Amino acid sequence: MAYSDKVIEHYNNPKNVGSLDKGADNVGTGVVGAPECGDVMKLQIQVSDDGVIEDAKFKTFGCGSAIASSSLATEWVKGRTVEEAAQLKNTEIVQELSLPPIKIHCSVLAEDAIKAALADWQSKQDDTAE
Amino acid sequence: MDPIYMDYNATTPTDPRVFDVMAPYFTKVFGNAASRTHQFGWDAEEAVEKAREQIASLINAHPKEIVFTSGATESDNLAIKGVLEMYADKGDHVITLETEHKAVLDSCKALEKAGKRVTYLGVGADGLVSMDELREAITDKTVLVSIMHANNEIGVVQPITEIGALCRENGVLFHTDAVQSVGKIAFDVESMNVDLAALSAHKMYGPKGVGALYVRRRKPRVRVTPIIDGGGHERGMRSGTLNVPGIVGFGAAAALAEAEMDAEAKRLLSLKARLVDGINAKLDDVYINGSDKSVLPGTVNMSFAYVEGESLLMGINDIAVSSGSACTSASLEPSYVLKALGLGDELAHSSIRFGMGRFSTEEDVDFVVDKVVSVVTRLRELSPLWEMVQEGIDLSTVQWSSH
Repeated sequence: MAYSDKVIEHYNNPKNVGSLDKGADNVGTGVVGAPECGDVMKLQIQVSDDGVIEDAKFKTFGCGSAIASSSLATEWVKGRTVEEAAQLKNTEIVQELSLPPIKIHCSVLAEDAIKAALADWQSKQDDTAE
Repeated sequence: MDPIYMDYNATTPTDPRVFDVMAPYFTKVFGNAASRTHQFGWDAEEAVEKAREQIASLINAHPKEIVFTSGATESDNLAIKGVLEMYADKGDHVITLETEHKAVLDSCKALEKAGKRVTYLGVGADGLVSMDELREAITDKTVLVSIMHANNEIGVVQPITEIGALCRENGVLFHTDAVQSVGKIAFDVESMNVDLAALSAHKMYGPKGVGALYVRRRKPRVRVTPIIDGGGHERGMRSGTLNVPGIVGFGAAAALAEAEMDAEAKRLLSLKARLVDGINAKLDDVYINGSDKSVLPGTVNMSFAYVEGESLLMGINDIAVSSGSACTSASLEPSYVLKALGLGDELAHSSIRFGMGRFSTEEDVDFVVDKVVSVVTRLRELSPLWEMVQEGIDLSTVQWSSH
């Protein structure tokens, strides 16, 4: 299978690999996918008091396209507000990375990972507000 | 740097010594082996008959028992469909394994559509058939047992001597897909009681596009209904003008394999030990898939836990290997062979087949060890599964989101 240059670049030099403190109130963690499906993505965001994503990290078990999709997702959400991040669509990832049809599920997973991280962060805010 | 070829179970290069023998048969000795009226035909026929002897000698058969085909897929089709049709009066039941090559499995599926019955036996975690299960599966309607000698994905070698004896005892014909084993380990149609065997030239340093079906001629005399109609070549079992250069190459490859097999098997075993030991010395959680004892000398299938196979292949793209990962196939399903071993999907996704062969060197192996170790280490740093395991989380207790 031929990969686009951008997929190869993210695979060779993935951006924002690592972990944030998942117990922290300002960190949201999303883990999506399943090992038996061949992809698991963990994406974390750290949100400032004014709702801006100031840091994002990921770890991914999956093919090169899955690694590239999650690497790109962390780059894109950094510096955005949580509202803006929630608007990100998998099709933007497909376009940026030139993913073939068989790899579209990787971009869907990355979108799901962002949503899951945002939801986790939101639930922590709701808890603290109570 | 040229990529390192470590996919000898997929195909092998034609040995230059084989190619040299073949060359004149494209341009100078170009006759049709079926032309009985002139020298061109006689020369081609003589070359074909020599190749038939060379191949027969390698498997301890009589030359007349070798039927040339376009390759092992055709041979498997001819054996399975041809026997079931020829012996339709005797019964309608075939026994095979879940881990067979698609050429066998899909031939069996075609038979099922035509109303025949097929039993697909499972295998143990070591990839081997249970002789008890096989014995119990045989009924008075069983016409054929088709069990491969060595598996293409994991290299595991089935106990075909025992299988052959059991079939003979029960008056059932025994076909074996011997594509992966012939020329690499001993294969003897007499001592193993094999009635039909599929062979391929390109897996043993011969050319692609030529194979053979061994069909026993005596005790018992086996007959197959042809699947291709035409001029009645190959004793009526396989019509079509013979691929003379290919057959000549197949014969030369067989002669080389016979002469060099024992020394080569030893050399490959030591290369494989170097690979496995080298990787195990530097990586934890690496598993060998299938038996590590009853296995081809140059083949090993390994799973690298917590790393996905396609991403691993991408990292070692200067090494030519195969993966049982879903992503390498169009189906998105991981290898059915690995699943049949009871391997969880996640380990099946993490598997790599290393196939070493005649032109593999210690330098190749050392390069592959270093590369695999460094890429697996890097991908584990990237793997959330690896992180969870380091944190002491049991992955089987995690509630995964499906997608």
